[in-house]
Amino acid sequence: MKKVAIIGAGPAGIEAASILARNGVEVTLFEKSETPLKNLQDKAFLFPNFQSAQEIIDDLSGKLLTDRITTAFGVDIADVKWQGAEWKLVDSKEQTYVADAVLIATGYQVFDAHRKEELGYGIYKGVITSLDMEQMIKHGKILNANGDEPKRVTFLQCVGSRDEKSGNHYCSKICCVTAVKQAIEVRKQLPKCEASVFYMDLRMWGQGFEEMYRTAQEKYGVSFVRGRISEAAGTFDGRVQLKSEDTLMGLPLKMNTDLLVLMVGMEASCGTKVLGKACDISGDYGFIKSVNPHLYDNETGKPGLFAAGTCKRPMSVSDSINDARSAALAIKDYLDTIKIEN
Amino acid sequence: MIDFGFALKQTRQENLDKVSLEKYHKLLELEPSFKRCFQCGNCSATCSARQFTDFSIRRVHTSFRRGEYDGLAQELRKCMLCGKCTLVCPRGVNLRSLIINMRQILDETEK
Repeated sequence: MKKVAIIGAGPAGIEAASILARNGVEVTLFEKSETPLKNLQDKAFLFPNFQSAQEIIDDLSGKLLTDRITTAFGVDIADVKWQGAEWKLVDSKEQTYVADAVLIATGYQVFDAHRKEELGYGIYKGVITSLDMEQMIKHGKILNANGDEPKRVTFLQCVGSRDEKSGNHYCSKICCVTAVKQAIEVRKQLPKCEASVFYMDLRMWGQGFEEMYRTAQEKYGVSFVRGRISEAAGTFDGRVQLKSEDTLMGLPLKMNTDLLVLMVGMEASCGTKVLGKACDISGDYGFIKSVNPHLYDNETGKPGLFAAGTCKRPMSVSDSINDARSAALAIKDYLDTIKIEN
Repeated sequence: MIDFGFALKQTRQENLDKVSLEKYHKLLELEPSFKRCFQCGNCSATCSARQFTDFSIRRVHTSFRRGEYDGLAQELRKCMLCGKCTLVCPRGVNLRSLIINMRQILDETEK
């Protein structure tokens, strides 16, 4: 039987594993963490239909329950090499594994908000990231720095994205709609709390996103301010004072808020950067570079080595899963063309 | 003459067919990083002069881009060249140099 190694047990890795297994391929699914779907576990609901992340986790986890998939969790693959007839994978403990094809699905990590010191993350308690907010929403406990119900929550877009100072010129794609989703969720859980979003452009690219934006305005009274917050400072009573330009009014703007939520962007994960370098398939910003984004988006230019999901670029969960399906098909095609000696 | 209470007013419309962008193009030559500006307003948000006067560097450079140069030389004198705008610009525009170049271009043509 032909063997495929998949590195990374996120939505992309699991979806590809499941499809390949159903098509008669033996899959080993490697994951650095002890549990799969780590990033997804941080989420409460997914846009645009507010489906619970747990439902997606349960569905995807169920797909792993097949004899054809061997899971190797807690195994950190550090190197992938072509050895003439097969791919050799080496983990951090120098143990080796072999496979006929390899799928890299090592994913992303969020931008470290500490790097934007002027926004005060890690300095003022009232400054949190979108991940912290997601946890608060998940547990139904949206609280300010003093542990009270906030009266005002403010979201700031493009933290670590579209920002030359962080070295990331690209747009992280999912933060715009995530802020709208979280603002709606804040208004649902705390109807007395104000929610505003500071943006430079609102990019509502997916189906149902623009409608969500409209709903946020119409039904939930979320306010949108076109401007980028330049500085945040703590106030004596544990709130956050922020400074921005209201570009539409053409006036400087000052505002106090209980919580400032930094919408942190997506960067290539450590694993993505390491493997991209080791296999010489690293592209811009450490993401894996595909051969052709239109025609061969899962191919890396090395026969038998494929990539799927957010290791290539920022993507939503649904896009990652779709990308994994196309990768599974590309891998299946590849396996059908090669001859397996034994 | 009977005064009907009507008056002829100059239009306030920006007429992009009529403006001369010569100075703007000159500015881009001298400070090409300005091409990258995407109007986020971070420069004016952080501006020290902006907090106490009506000076808006975003409005000044946007006017320059539109070929509306009237009064800009006067406006630009309010800038103290502290350079905070340059530090915060997410597109890496060298605003301090941009301001000096705008001043120079406007001064040259005034002479």
